[in-house]
Amino acid sequence: MFDRPALQLDAVGLQIGGARILHDVTLQVGTGEMVGVIGPNGAGKTTLFNIISGVMIPTSGTVRLAGNDVTGHKVHQRARVGLGRTFQTSSVFAGLTAGENVRLAAQSKLGGATSPWRFPREGDEAAGVARRCLEEVGLVHHIGTKAGVLSHGDKRKLEIAMLIATEPEVVLLDEPMAGVGSGDVAGLVEVIRRLHASGRTVLMVEHHMEVLLGLVDRVAVMHHGELLAIDTPKAVMANSQVQQAYLGETV
Amino acid sequence: MSTVLLLLITGIGLGALYFLVASGLSLIYGLMGVLNFAHGSFLTLAGFLGWEVGRRIGDGSWAGLLTGMLVGLVVGAVVAALTELIFIRPLYNRHIEQVLVTVGLGLASVALFEGIWGTDPIQIRLPEWLGGTTDVLGANIPNDRWLLIATAVVVLGLIVLFLQRTSYGLVIRAGVENRTMVTALGIDVRRAFTIVFAIGGAAAGLGGVLASVYYGQVGAHQGTSLLIYAFIVTVIGGLGSLTGAAIASVLVAVIQQFANFYLGGTGDLAIVLALAAVLLVRPTGLMGKVKH
Repeated sequence: MFDRPALQLDAVGLQIGGARILHDVTLQVGTGEMVGVIGPNGAGKTTLFNIISGVMIPTSGTVRLAGNDVTGHKVHQRARVGLGRTFQTSSVFAGLTAGENVRLAAQSKLGGATSPWRFPREGDEAAGVARRCLEEVGLVHHIGTKAGVLSHGDKRKLEIAMLIATEPEVVLLDEPMAGVGSGDVAGLVEVIRRLHASGRTVLMVEHHMEVLLGLVDRVAVMHHGELLAIDTPKAVMANSQVQQAYLGETV
Repeated sequence: MSTVLLLLITGIGLGALYFLVASGLSLIYGLMGVLNFAHGSFLTLAGFLGWEVGRRIGDGSWAGLLTGMLVGLVVGAVVAALTELIFIRPLYNRHIEQVLVTVGLGLASVALFEGIWGTDPIQIRLPEWLGGTTDVLGANIPNDRWLLIATAVVVLGLIVLFLQRTSYGLVIRAGVENRTMVTALGIDVRRAFTIVFAIGGAAAGLGGVLASVYYGQVGAHQGTSLLIYAFIVTVIGGLGSLTGAAIASVLVAVIQQFANFYLGGTGDLAIVLALAAVLLVRPTGLMGKVKH
């Protein structure tokens, strides 16, 4: 379907004990594409993310990043070949400033952490990257603020800034709007839109349906651990199977 | 008044010694979750080797003592780094085994030291000035306290500088907060572990030489007895907090001095009561991070 899929899953399955958590998921995400993943609770969305990012290893099938088989690779190995993710729960270092948080992420990419006796501060490469990433998400005015006191929406932006600092080609966003106040949603959507506009491949799980459908190129629908459909937002909404899955599960 | 001042400054001097041991313990626990019971052995070994080298340079001279302190610092750092690489790293994330290995090292090394230097403490010679006193508002303060306090202040300053101003310092501060997340960023924290062990060992090594100054002797059990106080300090200060360790060191030592003088030698009891009180009111310690 694509000349060079950024991410490719072939017949991926996960079985724990007798339970089938994920079954025969095959999907391709093109370079620079933004794909949303939806599905009822327990459909396997987070499991899918965990398998792509390497937190879990599938019991069958293969995961490829830019054509390379990374099925058995660990999280940090995948991070090195250009995969980055955020988590459902906020994951910033509360005791460090926003600038230090991004700087830490930048160091992992620059390898700055390998020269312990250098006294790097203002004006070095990692500091430059940190400032640029904070600018990209509109948080540069908080560069010296302790991350712990930022609003929830700003913490999410900070996480994205940290993600950008590691220069990922494929970005996984796990419910970026979860717990974000309604006033912060628009700003966060704009940040995600820019993340995509700058050429990165984005895969995101999100319950905020109207936000998601307005953002993504295609939507993947998960149901009972299987991939029910993957298509444009319009086509997916018109899909009778999808409607049934959602209506059937509605409380 | 002069008695109070004497007890206070003497207490701060003893606190400086506690801090040199506790700073490493606290950082190591904060970053790696390892309670390092071998820490006292770093101190004892550095005390012995610092003394051995120092007395050959010039027994009872400043040159000898300063060389001894340098030797203690290096010995502490190297032995601690080796301990991390050889014994702790293979047991990565197996905390019970890590503790058991450090306990074993602590016990075995004391036996080794006794085999080499004997079971009785050895009296040592110090520069004359250290044996004298300085009059501060009528209180005669033993001069060795100034050396202890000055060294601890410098060590505290250097560690803070390292943590706040270097790339590794940033990794360590982040790691103390959440190690898993640092790993998720693609940063190899294992090198930071070795560095933290080396820094803690260096401080303990200096502490070893200064303990011999404070007590006027070197002995195989010096580290073990100081380690107990250092653990109490670390818990009161909050595991993982350097500032907490600094504050608690002074607090514990001053309480100990006052209780010993005014309450008939009940210093150790007073400390344990203080520990119990802190644990009841603030289980995470004075400056410990609150786990959510």
